Amino acid sequence: MSQSRLELSDVKLSLNGKTLVEINCSVNAGEILTVMGPSGSGKSSLLAHIAGFLDPAFNASGVVLINGEDIGGLPAEQRKIGLLFQDPLLFPHLSIAGNLRFALPAQQSNKNHLISEGLKEIGLAGFEHRDPATLSGGQESRVALLRLLLSSPKAVLLDEPFSRLDSQLRREIRTQVFDKLRDAGLPTILVTHDQADADAAAGEVLYLA
Amino acid sequence: MLRFAYYSVIFLLTVPLLFGTAIAALPAFGYFPSLGSNEFSLFPWRDLIEVPGITQSIMVSLLAAIVTPLVALVLVFLFLASASGSKLDVWIRRLVSPLLSFPHAAAAFGLAFLIAPSGLLSRLISPGLSGWERPPDLLIVNDSWGLSLLLGLIVKEVPFLLLMSLAALPQINPAQRIKIARSLGYAPVIAWLKVVAPCLYPLIRLPVLAVIVFASATVDVALILGPTLPPTLSVRILSWFNDPDLSYRFLAAAAALLQLLISLAAVCAWLLLEKLAMLLWRFWLDSGNRASAESFFYSIGRCAMPSVLLVIAGSLVALLLNAFAASWRFPSLLPTSWTLRHWTSTWNELLAPLANTLVISISATVTALILVVATLEFERRRRIKKTTALWLLYLPLLIPQVVFLFGVVVLAESVHWQANRSLVIFGHLLFVLPYVFLSFSEPYRQLDPRWSQVASALGASSFKSFWRIRIPLLLSPCLTAIAIGMAISISLFLPTQLLGAGRITTITTEAVALTSAGSRNLIAVWAVVQLSLPMLGFMTALFIPKLLWRDRAGMREIR
Repeated sequence: MSQSRLELSDVKLSLNGKTLVEINCSVNAGEILTVMGPSGSGKSSLLAHIAGFLDPAFNASGVVLINGEDIGGLPAEQRKIGLLFQDPLLFPHLSIAGNLRFALPAQQSNKNHLISEGLKEIGLAGFEHRDPATLSGGQESRVALLRLLLSSPKAVLLDEPFSRLDSQLRREIRTQVFDKLRDAGLPTILVTHDQADADAAAGEVLYLA
Repeated sequence: MLRFAYYSVIFLLTVPLLFGTAIAALPAFGYFPSLGSNEFSLFPWRDLIEVPGITQSIMVSLLAAIVTPLVALVLVFLFLASASGSKLDVWIRRLVSPLLSFPHAAAAFGLAFLIAPSGLLSRLISPGLSGWERPPDLLIVNDSWGLSLLLGLIVKEVPFLLLMSLAALPQINPAQRIKIARSLGYAPVIAWLKVVAPCLYPLIRLPVLAVIVFASATVDVALILGPTLPPTLSVRILSWFNDPDLSYRFLAAAAALLQLLISLAAVCAWLLLEKLAMLLWRFWLDSGNRASAESFFYSIGRCAMPSVLLVIAGSLVALLLNAFAASWRFPSLLPTSWTLRHWTSTWNELLAPLANTLVISISATVTALILVVATLEFERRRRIKKTTALWLLYLPLLIPQVVFLFGVVVLAESVHWQANRSLVIFGHLLFVLPYVFLSFSEPYRQLDPRWSQVASALGASSFKSFWRIRIPLLLSPCLTAIAIGMAISISLFLPTQLLGAGRITTITTEAVALTSAGSRNLIAVWAVVQLSLPMLGFMTALFIPKLLWRDRAGMREIR
């Protein structure tokens, strides 16, 4: 299990001269940092900046480090940062296995085996050839998580990943996601509106104004 | 590479057009070095003024340029006002794309076979209602005021403006506007005309201007339906241009410049008309009138679109009957015997033009698609916000074809680019490019950016995420864009004729060439082939995604 560490050192985002976010923090392997704040406070822009998708209209300064290495100059696909959005965003034209294979590194051996083992672990054994559109909301979330883990990221960003689910399912999926991320030893940043998410994450909580 | 494509699109949309127009202007003032004329002079204009019937030619072109967009726009607006949300609306929306793919020439032939004295309509009322035992001696098709030309243009432009309106409407949320107006006491059709129409019009203004220019300068429709003694200005330009006596080139150039002025004059007249309409509309709005004339507008609106459909369907039936009729004496509605003879006798002559048509349309469309996708991808990666200004895309539709193509021919001759298939393909590219761009850019820009973000977060390179995610997700609109591009190319007459110097024959040029000489049955065969090609394209574009994604329910919602 890789033990990585995500640091944001004096990261500052501004738009048209107005500062939106100023943050200085470090997230250790298996820890979940929760970022809360009203809409428009720049939570999602912060995630976009870390992942490498920030709109050039924003001004960003400061450094993002993974294991002490500045990833600011890398294109998004080389940053090894996993993303989960509110929607699971399983590629609708690929089967479940196709979605998972898309995440596996090209040189990875034994792809089919990894996929079927992964599916077994999340209780979806034998789902390889299913159409993503036929899954329930909870199943989709679990496949999205598995897809993320198979891409062997070094850090994970969660952008309100549970807000789509109803409250019962939300608790269940939340527990699964957090457990898996902790087991994998991944530093995680969670953006949410829901205090219950922050409580379950049981880590540091930052409030943006 | 992407940057190169981006700038070549801008180049293609501007340079040949503006340069071509400028070059066309030179011989109009007597300057044409390759004909040994190195001095400027006004003699082409003096010749032009003395051409018999020139005023009539100009008047018909102007009339078509104003009446076509006016009637088409009124019909489309009244239809949208009275039918929004009804079953008729849903039904028409499904039909509008295939209707649009009906090539101009085929539609014009069909209409001619429908309304001619011995046509389907006249047979329908003969001898019972009309008492005609033989075709009446009336000049219906090719009438000297161009009324049948007008009808042909209107029938073709109504689906075009309707499609453009339907594409623009969602931006202004008509349902909500109507609800508010109705809650204030306005009857539905009045409400639409008062609160939706004025916001919709600016969004479809460029297409309306394109209709004006097209109507003023069309060649193929005017050759088939327009007056013959004298023909419209555009038709005369073509015949002077093609005259074996090269000195006619001066006259053709002056006439081409005159054509540009006429199109411009029509556009200016239209802009004045807009101001007037705005004034009247404001007066009507301020009157607070809520319901009067509602039923009048309603009934016109509900009848308009089915009538246009009926004319198109009638034209299609007329074409099919003529293509398979063996003997068909006048008053009988249907042929008395049928045959495949027209097809078997034409088959050998069809093959070469068919091959040319396919090669040209596929090459032009594929080139256009590559340029368009590369431009859109460049825009997306650089996060350029829709820089390719809309009017730039409409430029090839806003300058009469006959004007700038004339210049392109002269230009190509001067660099010794022989009239051949590659020159024709280049010419088609200029017309196909805007349509491919217009149809593919919105789906491309609207695709949820998170798909690409997820792909790169999973470690996929831009290359992989483009080919494995974006293109498959956009397959359906991409195929539609190809079908539209090919349909445009297949229907092009003038670029093929001028840039191919008459030596490159396509289904369209051959069909139009039969106008004066050919038998109805042969014309019908060519027209049926011409209209089936785009139909086949659209059907393929619908069918491939259905087949590929038959087990992927999620792909039905992605648009």
